[in-house]
Amino acid sequence: MKRTDVPQDGGLFDGMFEVQYAVDENGRYVLEESAGWEAKAIANSQFWQTVEEDIRQSIEEVRMGRSSPLRVYMALHQMDVGLLASHARFWRWQVRRHLKPHVFARLKPDLLRRYAQVFNVPLDLLVRVPENLEKWDFIHRLAHRYDPGDSAHAP
Amino acid sequence: MHLNYEHRHSAHCESGVTSGLLSHHGLPLTEAMAFGIGSGLFFAYLPFLRMGSLPLTTYRSYPGRIFAKATTRLGVQIRRQRFRDPDAAMAALDELLEHDQPVGCQTGIYWLPYFPPGMRFHFNVHNIVVYGREGTEYLISDPVLETPMRCARDDLIRARFAPGPMSPRGHLYFVTQTPAATDRSTAVLTGIKDTCSAMSLPVVLFGYRGIRFLARRVAGWQERLGSHRAAQHLGNLIRMQEEIGTGGGGFRFIFAKFLQEAAEMLKEPRLEECSSRMTAIGDRWREFALMASRNCKGRAHETESYAALADILRDCGNREREFFQDLSKLVGELRRPKQS
Repeated sequence: MKRTDVPQDGGLFDGMFEVQYAVDENGRYVLEESAGWEAKAIANSQFWQTVEEDIRQSIEEVRMGRSSPLRVYMALHQMDVGLLASHARFWRWQVRRHLKPHVFARLKPDLLRRYAQVFNVPLDLLVRVPENLEKWDFIHRLAHRYDPGDSAHAP
Repeated sequence: MHLNYEHRHSAHCESGVTSGLLSHHGLPLTEAMAFGIGSGLFFAYLPFLRMGSLPLTTYRSYPGRIFAKATTRLGVQIRRQRFRDPDAAMAALDELLEHDQPVGCQTGIYWLPYFPPGMRFHFNVHNIVVYGREGTEYLISDPVLETPMRCARDDLIRARFAPGPMSPRGHLYFVTQTPAATDRSTAVLTGIKDTCSAMSLPVVLFGYRGIRFLARRVAGWQERLGSHRAAQHLGNLIRMQEEIGTGGGGFRFIFAKFLQEAAEMLKEPRLEECSSRMTAIGDRWREFALMASRNCKGRAHETESYAALADILRDCGNREREFFQDLSKLVGELRRPKQS
């Protein structure tokens, strides 16, 4: 890659620069700061779309009474059952059980606290579908950065 | 407490940490040199290992190897520690900082609060250097960021003990002794030779064979997975190639810079030639990423089908095959007169 070809498209994050290796006019390698490459930002944006889709689906599942609120926190933190199990120090089958609403409703505070610690939320919030999702707006923004038209607004 | 540690903005965390720590201990080393001597370049396509339901593809060697190999080959003594107990892990870190020792730490990037939330994902082999402490805040040189950062003790504990695959378990490492004299040319040649063998491993999923295998798979993705899933698989490839700290083209450009430096050090113009060839291969990888991203976005031309993508990959694989065979021969020649 030539020094002049180092992309400066702006990635998903404004003001973040990364090091890119490129050759100058004399064929010598130099380190250039790159403001991002669109091709890469598209791939990243696509990744956030899958996260967003998972969150949307999780909220629906909880609303329909098919999953416990744990499911939403899991989606927000990009976790699957295995990852959550290792964070909360449970077996996978236990987490799978706790994802059932009726099991989750009877869960002892001691066990709930382990999940609350992982997600860093107070206990009373953990047992409901999270309502204040402002903290997670960035996911929507990143996921729709490259949509046709101007939909990269903050919701 | 504040060590005089020079922060260097690097393309890749592990080679950045290696270069930073060794330079601090009086062995000035560029990131590319650290990457090359540590034989960081690799390729593997491991569809049976999944990251978030997508097949694992890597353009680099196994995490931790760059530091291990580079220090061994340069005759540098290091120490590593892992811990069960977070308090013990932090106490050990404090103690080392007390003795003016910058410390390399393996961390889970998801729990490092100084990254913008959109850059955080569950990845447990991110390397950073801790070089000081002020009260309960640690001073951190994160090679992939432009400036040094700060991190609260509790957050650092969380990052150092992030559970999940490849959990760091408090893993820290530091340089204990540097040799009086280092034989850099031997280290460089060993590094190149090792990379050549790794890229030519007789396993279908590794090295240039892995690239060609991936090409065959990519050709069939759209039929086998459907457009949506296929696009996700492609996006994942782009991310692995360009996003996971690579300096561009799946580490191919860093490696080309390493070869250029090696050519200068060994006064061997043929290595310079190899460097340009590697740059051209890296450019080809970038072409692949660009075309793949158009497919992700549904903006692809008719000529930019999955078959066309597979053709580029196959070309990359074939070129790397030839390249590493030639490089291996060249290095063999360069090593021989030494032994006689």
